[in-house]
Amino acid sequence: MDLLHLVIMAPFIYAGFVPFLYKEGRQIHTGWLVVMLPIVLFSTFARMIPTIANGETVQKDLAWIPSLGINFTVYVDGLALLFSLLITGIGALVVLYSIYYLSKETEALDYFYVYLLLFMGSMLGVVLSDNLGVMYVFWELTSMASFLLIAFWHDREKSRYGAQKSLLITVFGGFSMLAGIVLLQQITGTFSVREIIGQGDSITTHAMFLPAMVLLLIGAFTKSAQFPFHIWLPDAMEAPTPVSAYLHSATMVKAGIYLVARLSPIFAGQAVWFWLVAGFGIATLFWGSFNAVKQTDLKAILAFSTISQLGLIMCLLGLGSAAVYFGLEGNNVLYTTATLAAVFHLINHATFKGSLFMIVGIIDHETGTRDIRQLGGLMSLMPITFTIALLGAASMAGLPPLNGFLSKEMFFTGVLEASQLSLFNMQTWGILFPVLAWLGSVFTFVYCAILVFKTFRGKFQPDKLEKTPREAPFGMLLAPLILVALVVIFGLFPNMLASSLIGPALASILPQLLSPGEIFEAQLSLWHGFTPELWMTIGVIAVGTLLYLSLPKWIGLYRLFPQKLALNQAYDQMLIGLERRANQVMRLHMTGLVRDYLVYIFGFVIIIVGSTLFLSNGFVFETDHAAPIGVYEAVLAVVMVIAACVVIFSKTRLTAILATGSVGYMMALFFVLFRAPDLALTQLIVETVSVALFLLCFFHLPKLKKEGSSLSFKLTNLLISLGVGLVVTLVAFASFGTNGFEPISTHFLETSYKEAGGLNVVNVILVDFRGFDTLFEIVVLGMAALGVYVLIKLRLAKGDEP
Amino acid sequence: MVNTILILSYCFLILSILGTLYRLVKGPSAPDRVQALDALGINIISGIAIFSVSSRNTGFFEVILLIGILSFIGTIAFSRYIERGVVIERGQPK
Repeated sequence: MDLLHLVIMAPFIYAGFVPFLYKEGRQIHTGWLVVMLPIVLFSTFARMIPTIANGETVQKDLAWIPSLGINFTVYVDGLALLFSLLITGIGALVVLYSIYYLSKETEALDYFYVYLLLFMGSMLGVVLSDNLGVMYVFWELTSMASFLLIAFWHDREKSRYGAQKSLLITVFGGFSMLAGIVLLQQITGTFSVREIIGQGDSITTHAMFLPAMVLLLIGAFTKSAQFPFHIWLPDAMEAPTPVSAYLHSATMVKAGIYLVARLSPIFAGQAVWFWLVAGFGIATLFWGSFNAVKQTDLKAILAFSTISQLGLIMCLLGLGSAAVYFGLEGNNVLYTTATLAAVFHLINHATFKGSLFMIVGIIDHETGTRDIRQLGGLMSLMPITFTIALLGAASMAGLPPLNGFLSKEMFFTGVLEASQLSLFNMQTWGILFPVLAWLGSVFTFVYCAILVFKTFRGKFQPDKLEKTPREAPFGMLLAPLILVALVVIFGLFPNMLASSLIGPALASILPQLLSPGEIFEAQLSLWHGFTPELWMTIGVIAVGTLLYLSLPKWIGLYRLFPQKLALNQAYDQMLIGLERRANQVMRLHMTGLVRDYLVYIFGFVIIIVGSTLFLSNGFVFETDHAAPIGVYEAVLAVVMVIAACVVIFSKTRLTAILATGSVGYMMALFFVLFRAPDLALTQLIVETVSVALFLLCFFHLPKLKKEGSSLSFKLTNLLISLGVGLVVTLVAFASFGTNGFEPISTHFLETSYKEAGGLNVVNVILVDFRGFDTLFEIVVLGMAALGVYVLIKLRLAKGDEP
Repeated sequence: MVNTILILSYCFLILSILGTLYRLVKGPSAPDRVQALDALGINIISGIAIFSVSSRNTGFFEVILLIGILSFIGTIAFSRYIERGVVIERGQPK
């Protein structure tokens, strides 16, 4: 147990105390008691920056299930530290924001902060675990915590729908990720990411390598809302805004990005990896930004924008993996630009998207609506909010001099370079990357403009608003102010991040490109000359402005898109269809008729026993040990068969009972013939009693009438009864024919008198040699008697207590 | 000599069992069948007796006694059932 383990466990432990703090300190908002924790954790991680920046890493082990190779190994390198700082830093800001956002009087704050802390702890666990097994545990915990947080207002139907949808999709992905982890473990024999990377190229030729890669990528894509798994994210916007800001923009949706970055050293350099990650990334980027434009809800715009930006980062990570293909030779700096841009944009997105979500929350809080059709003209009423929104949106659109501009420029550099690459068939399809990227950026510009100008400019419509809007309290503005300040600072002084955070993060994504002791020298500058990228950005701004100004003319185009092809529709139909199919299958075989179930049971007996007998060549027919058949046995058998047939064909109940009784008496006679007096005695008595019981029961029943059953039904029954009889007979013959061992009955015959003092061997076996069986047969009889008594005496109406 | 007699009696016994079985199957009324069952019980008693003699075995004498009792009880029960509709009557309500 090290300090680092404690850091991960701290939110979990603290979550245990939150309900008490909530109960005891009713006067103070619980958030004030919670906000300390992420600040402390953030400073703990911040103190590690110099160590990590020097290219060192920290690793601490803690045995959990050593026999399975699952150990709670905490590993801190550049990537893990970057994410940890994001999680704790934005976590602190979100908690601060939530103090002003959530009311102390009306909200269940104890639940909220317990869930939030659970999420924070599990997210830290995901990024800091070196062991994939442990990481999966934390991964699923983030899904659970997200599920709880989305449905925080669980009395609303849409919240529950969104929570269920996100849980189904992310857990589907998590499960496939588990399969991928297990495959990786089977290939390499270890769960540790370090050791898997250490095995290097030897695992790439394994047959399970590709399935493992695809399964892990499904996990990453579902969590990070990549196409076509992005549909849960817009529905997750039913969560309270601090949750949307924290989980669904800054941290949880980046878990998939983290996974891809973390596993890059294993899979990068493979064509499949390159195409899947970059291809799905660019598709998501375009589709997300394209769909964001048509939304009218502010949070929905931000949700699609998050999808689009995540696609951008994913695409960059895919493009960056090409650098590994070229190895150490050549001009590596050129190819690592994409990865550098990915890491940089990861930070930028967390800052501006977090602030934008908080701004939307403020607008919602102050006006009572998030619908852009009802909003407008808030600029003079909420100047600070407007400034923050403008800066955040400008950064998202990629305008200078904010940090979004830098990452967008580098993104363009990345896609332009990628289209020049001479590998993985890029000559034919590579041109798609810059085109889609540019189109996506144009749409990004348009929705950023919508976000700001539709809300803050235009006509003020006070009659459509529930409240009179006014500037938010300072405490609520503090967190987005800090984030937007970071947006500006990172934009103006990008190099302060380069050596401390981005370099080490690059080193952990692309370790193959470093010789020992070397560290990445990432260079970021605001101005880099008249490059094609700059012209692309200028084009984005020009075309974007034109498109925004002519928006009312072409927004109707979205309605042309058929609703049937929408992915949400597909998801809903799939769920409904699944349920209907399951019900159909259920109704098909669960008919409620016992005779149908008996048909299944006997049918399976015939098929399974019969086929086993046939397939294993088990049938033997041998008459060597058979005793000669006497006249008496033959006559008795014939009589028994006749009586049995009478039972089947009888027209009245009495005949059937009498015939059954005679079968029983014939059985007793067989016992006599085969020298079993005790059995014969018992059989006679039992047969008599049961015949009497049958009479007792059947007296109360209506007359046996001929049931009008169809011929096919009768034929099925005939076939099945014949089949069962045949199979049992064959098995009996087979088991008789393969009698391989001496019976142990000679032992009983010899020792019956010597050891137990009895001459009646049957009785000695029953009470001496195997008395236990007898004991429990007695218990069975006692239970049956009690049961009969209860059934007759206890007559409860519905709902009565016994 | 004894063997011949035993086999002869077996044959007669089988004939009579077949006869009672015919009655048991054919009916036509329930009392006929009950009668047939009673007769069958007695036939079985004799069958077991002959079997005990032929196999020189005294172990089945108890069975003979038992069948006698059961056959009697069974016939009585059937008769009561046919006569009154119930086998065991309830005590008089007080």
